[in-house]
Amino acid sequence: MRIDQRMTIYTAAELKPRLLAEIADSAVPSVDLSAVQEIDAAGLQLLLLARREAAAVGREFRILEPSECVREVLSLAAVSYMDSGPTSLGGPAT
Amino acid sequence: MNLDQAFETYVHESRDLLQQMEELLLEFSQGRSDPESVNALFRAAHTIKGSAGLFGLDGIVDFTHGVESVLDLVRDGAVPMTPDLAALLLECRDHMAGLVEAVAAGTELDDEALRTGAELQRQLGTYLGGEASAAQSPTAVVETGGSGVAGDEGYWHISVRFGRDVFRNGMDPLSFMRFLSTVGRIVAVTTLAHEIPAADEMDPESCYLGFEIGLVSAADQSTIEGVFDFVRDDCTLQILPPTSRAADYVALIEALPADEVRVGDLLVRCGAITEAQLEAALRIQGAEAAGIGDAAAQARLIGEILIAQKSVAPPVVEAALDKQKQLRDGKAQESRFIRVDADKLDRLINQIGELVIAGAGINLVAKRRGAADLLEAASVLGTLVEDVRDSALQLRMVPIGATFNRFQRVVHDVARDLNKDIALLINGGDTELDKTMVERIADPLMHLVRNAMDHGIEPTEVRVQNGKPARGTVKLNAYHDSGGIVIEVGDDGGGLKTDRIVAKAVSRGLIPEGAALTQREIHELIFEPGFSTASQINNLSGRGVGMDVVKSSVTDLRGTVEVDSREGEGTTIRIRLPLTLAIIDGFLVGVNDSVFVVPLDMVEECIEFTDAARTEARGREFVNLRGQVLPFIQIRDLFEIGGQPARRENILVVRYAGQRAGLVVDELLGEAQTVIKPLGKLFQKVRGIGGSTILGDGRVALIMDIPGLLRHVHGKATNREGASATALQ
Repeated sequence: MRIDQRMTIYTAAELKPRLLAEIADSAVPSVDLSAVQEIDAAGLQLLLLARREAAAVGREFRILEPSECVREVLSLAAVSYMDSGPTSLGGPAT
Repeated sequence: MNLDQAFETYVHESRDLLQQMEELLLEFSQGRSDPESVNALFRAAHTIKGSAGLFGLDGIVDFTHGVESVLDLVRDGAVPMTPDLAALLLECRDHMAGLVEAVAAGTELDDEALRTGAELQRQLGTYLGGEASAAQSPTAVVETGGSGVAGDEGYWHISVRFGRDVFRNGMDPLSFMRFLSTVGRIVAVTTLAHEIPAADEMDPESCYLGFEIGLVSAADQSTIEGVFDFVRDDCTLQILPPTSRAADYVALIEALPADEVRVGDLLVRCGAITEAQLEAALRIQGAEAAGIGDAAAQARLIGEILIAQKSVAPPVVEAALDKQKQLRDGKAQESRFIRVDADKLDRLINQIGELVIAGAGINLVAKRRGAADLLEAASVLGTLVEDVRDSALQLRMVPIGATFNRFQRVVHDVARDLNKDIALLINGGDTELDKTMVERIADPLMHLVRNAMDHGIEPTEVRVQNGKPARGTVKLNAYHDSGGIVIEVGDDGGGLKTDRIVAKAVSRGLIPEGAALTQREIHELIFEPGFSTASQINNLSGRGVGMDVVKSSVTDLRGTVEVDSREGEGTTIRIRLPLTLAIIDGFLVGVNDSVFVVPLDMVEECIEFTDAARTEARGREFVNLRGQVLPFIQIRDLFEIGGQPARRENILVVRYAGQRAGLVVDELLGEAQTVIKPLGKLFQKVRGIGGSTILGDGRVALIMDIPGLLRHVHGKATNREGASATALQ
């Protein structure tokens, strides 16, 4: 999936079901954050939730191509992410 | 201790520290310098800043921070302590004093003071600039100064859990993290998401986050806490300063929800312990827990085992030990002193006064009964009471040195204003006297010192012309002398010009034209109200309200002032003060039924007023004491007591400030400790009486004002000489 809007408290309620659906529907749940222009702690919290929920069903939730502002927040909160180019998009599984 | 009291203590302490800084800086500005002084300066600034932080006094914290940073560089040898820097720091100290006083008075600094502050910060910035980041603006100095300072950085552990409503209140926890990185370097972060509930129950608009943060910072606790000010009510915040020891970490670990987070990992990630240490701890835990098998207990144990092994990271411990040593060094000095409310001391001294009176009562009863054992017991009691009295009075005694040292600054500043080169020499700074007196003598001294500099010391050219060293000297001296303290303010200036004083006194109508006055009397004229010899009035002295005010303040303290001046060589003003205002050793004398007390220190000897001597005196008021003239006073006549003189009268020879006189009394009643009670307003003007006291048997006795009586006697003597001198002509 791809999020191309802000990931803030204003969009959190809307984003939560989408992220959960991605985990439920996708064998390799991942989210492309290259278009995210703004992220706050509410957005960060959703990513952490998604990661935990995926782990709970034995999957790995991947954060792909974080935009500049997402990178800043992830490193600020010391949350790891896949920092690789589009080539790894498919990953070893595909 | 409530906050107000704590605040008052803060203000007092800051004043003391500022005083200390001033003294040290003045030493530096005169080119003296040693590493310990730099350390002391740094500690003073550091403490003022730190304590200010506790009260949220940001203005003081900000400004002092710059000062502290510069001092830190000096301490490390990165910046030399030049006279210029000392002068700048002295100005900074003044600004800090201004800030503290403003805070104490609950007022704000005016714009000019604020501008001064900004300018000083800019100047401080130039010293800091060379070090790390060049400072462009004053505020930048303050903010970056801290992180550039080496040696004072510590490892802080911050543990924060945000409340559920933080998002809804419009705050972003991440912005606090970003802000935090401006006060230090974030070296480790662990984001805690374990409180996020199951997906269905999770409200995306509630905040479930927490952070464990390792921060390397030179900032103090209040600054770091300040970062979270806006969210204070909406989060749980725990800050472990670099000084934290094992126990604090244990407390933190216990506060954490142990079932969800592996405490060990957490500490590892935050840098409080290392991986290897954790593994070692886990191994021990495994071995111990093998028999228990309780998961919850295990999780808790990790932290405890780590602590037991003392394996919490070396940087933490090292920083902690370092910091603690510094604190201990400071404390060792502090704990030698206790601050006591002056009222409590006064109460103690009052009570001891009553004890003295009661003791005298017992002594009296014992004497009357003639019971030898009771007398002995009473005398032992008496000795002890005397000791207690001395110790209690000693409590109020402070060295005058602190007051003297304050004048270093005055001399420094005034000399600059007057464009004269003047040094201040201090002697006898450890001479002690009553605290109240130290306080009350400070103003008169100030006036005398300014006077000496303004009028006493000549301009440099004149000094050189007269073959004197270009640099003038003002001397402050204190010493004990016959039960009192003498304070001298001396200068090596031009001395009093008798002809000018006489001319002035005549023009003011103080003395008749052509009056025959001794040198001493002429000098005394400068204490007359409204007398000022300053040819031009300036804002330092010479407003005509000088010396007479000095004299009356000293007289209020039961002291005296005298002048010793030699034209061309200098002037010394000598102030004599009693040691204490409360209790004295007295000598009791009786006239008819009245009892009087004479301060024992002033009693020189007792002689019998023999019939032969009485005949010899023949109505004149002096006797021959071993070949010397001793003027005397008939106490009976002076106080108009009446009654017939006793068959055998006695003369009590008293001495004060180099003058002697005899007091003719009926009886000598011996020594007694005397608690001085002030006289009521009505009697304050009565000549010859300085106070009253209560005797052991409950009677009231008056305390004689010996200096006053001596003046009276010698005044008469001088008049007589004057009269005989005129008669001779």
